[in-house]
Amino acid sequence: MSRTLMKDGRPRSVFSVITMVVLVVLWTIPTLGLLATSFRTRDDAASSGWWTAVLNPFGAGWTTENYSKVFEGSDIGVGLLNSVVIAIPATILPIMFAAFAAYAFTFMEFRGKDVIFIVIVGLLVVPIQVAFQPMLDILGPEGLGISGQYISVWLLHTGFGMPLALYTLRNYMATLPVSIVESAKVDGCSHYQTFWKLVAPMAVPAMAAFATLQFLWVWNDLLIAKLFLNSDNSTVIVQVQQLLGTQGQGKELLTAAAFISMVVPMIVFFSLQRFFVRGLTSGAVKG
Amino acid sequence: MSSATTAPPPPTVTDPTPAPVRGPEPGPSRARPLRVLIGLVGMVLIVWFVANLFLGFAFYPEWFFDNKIFIGALALVAGVGGAAGLFYFLNMFVEGLPRRLSEGLIPYAFLLPSVAFIGLMLIYPTIQTINYSFANADSTAYVGFANYRSIFSDSQFWQSIINNILWIIVVPAVTVVFGVVVAVLADKLTARGEKLSKSFIFLPMAISFVGASAIWGLIYAYDNPGSPQTGLLNAIWVTLGGEPQTWLNIPTARLNSFLMMVILIWLQVGFAMILLSSAIKGVPEDTIEAARIDGASEVQIFFKVVIPQIKGTIITVFITVLILVLKVFDIVYVMTNGRFNTDVIANRFFNELFANSQAGRATAIVVILLLAVIPVLIYQVRHFRAEEANR
Repeated sequence: MSRTLMKDGRPRSVFSVITMVVLVVLWTIPTLGLLATSFRTRDDAASSGWWTAVLNPFGAGWTTENYSKVFEGSDIGVGLLNSVVIAIPATILPIMFAAFAAYAFTFMEFRGKDVIFIVIVGLLVVPIQVAFQPMLDILGPEGLGISGQYISVWLLHTGFGMPLALYTLRNYMATLPVSIVESAKVDGCSHYQTFWKLVAPMAVPAMAAFATLQFLWVWNDLLIAKLFLNSDNSTVIVQVQQLLGTQGQGKELLTAAAFISMVVPMIVFFSLQRFFVRGLTSGAVKG
Repeated sequence: MSSATTAPPPPTVTDPTPAPVRGPEPGPSRARPLRVLIGLVGMVLIVWFVANLFLGFAFYPEWFFDNKIFIGALALVAGVGGAAGLFYFLNMFVEGLPRRLSEGLIPYAFLLPSVAFIGLMLIYPTIQTINYSFANADSTAYVGFANYRSIFSDSQFWQSIINNILWIIVVPAVTVVFGVVVAVLADKLTARGEKLSKSFIFLPMAISFVGASAIWGLIYAYDNPGSPQTGLLNAIWVTLGGEPQTWLNIPTARLNSFLMMVILIWLQVGFAMILLSSAIKGVPEDTIEAARIDGASEVQIFFKVVIPQIKGTIITVFITVLILVLKVFDIVYVMTNGRFNTDVIANRFFNELFANSQAGRATAIVVILLLAVIPVLIYQVRHFRAEEANR
């Protein structure tokens, strides 16, 4: 290790710098490959590796045709819209419901409190596959008949996200001072008012942390979208999955469509990253 | 609303003696019938309106001009507004009740919607799934243990169990190791270098399994010998003098399964790093200094001082990734759909349920999966209890 010091006085570790650079490159290359391929024609992509184009950027025939074809020739635009329409309510609804319940778990005393919460902690681990056949019966043509529509997926994601939402918000609220809630009560606030005026605003970081996780999960979900949405309402992820089987004609669309499907979650992730990291590390999400 | 039936006729419950002065407590102790009524009517109206609106989206999209953006926006407003309104009227209803009753009921009012969701979407289906696992393919008649006998005698099922066990052994451990390495090394960089390098490592967290499969499909791509290789792995392999391989078709030593595990590890290391990095930063500097003064090497400090102090976080990360791995589906489904000896339980379930329409066998597979998570579940509950005790 070299003896030179960094600005903050710690010794500079050359080994760490080199290893991190190698790791960062390894972690980035796969995504870079997809991005580069998405700007190449099908013939180019089939006749040489994407790295030849990246290493010789001026000699490579870059094209944006794949992207224009994806939007003109396929339903990716509709799929993106479906994904947005599905993901936003499916993110906000569980937070709404869970926040009230988390308030009750944190600041109220009632019978069965511990038992109910232990059940919720246990449900964090239960695979959602247990729900599919019974929920297909309830939502399907022999039940409510709403399978295939947005609403069935909103409901499912709200239900499946609920244990984690409750767990995250309750753990966060438990770190808030109880005295605040008590003094609000002395001032004559109802629980409803205390929740809206005091607790909900203070719990925003935990809500944002859960929202990030839930949004990514809903947007990136394949299983529920594939089973509970009809083709008009299918999400961009399902469309990309269908394109993955394509060979020959149309194969070039896959990379562009896949990249398009990643843009929104990346924007959400990086804009809420600060909350997300803080929420995760403050013990809000423990498993 | 079922809680309506618990509302007693207001006058009979009122306290006959005047309440002693107990400071500025909210609300009178008598029932306020008007609030009870408004609350009740409000709740019923909101539930009725929102339910009909949402059914309208499903059955009569033309009422909403067939416009997805409009439907989505309206659903958002109605869903969120409806939830807020429901709680408002529920609260009003409960507060209108005599105080002693109202204070006992209000926690349950706050819990009701989310517990209802959990009951309907998770608890009821779990019981029903166990029930279906003893029934035939379309869940119309009981068949005893026939489904279990059938899956246990199916070699492909055992194949997927073995593969799942491999995934469980490899992925969480490797993810944790990478997470620790990245967190430790990043901690030694400048603040800017740390932030930048971490961003690159956790970028894949935002990528879907499907997107990741598209990305790694390019790496594992195969072209005929002689023609230029467009898959990165084959390009390197051929440069080193090998013959191009169809990597995902090679079950020897489960190579194809390991190549798919790489994808999941690539996706999850960022998550591991976030938690582990903050745990490492939380290790008190003086414990490290003390070890240094005692003459411990950096490696010794790391294993004897740092690791024991972040053990809790390591276990948390391990368990979280483990839960994810148990139900790994998307990657296998998209990359091979279980061919070439790569099948896993969640993919078998999917194919039994939808490709083969075998609800009985599919639910039996889920029950096996459920049994497999029970140890994790017990651990999780114990861990939670221990943590609560420390709070």
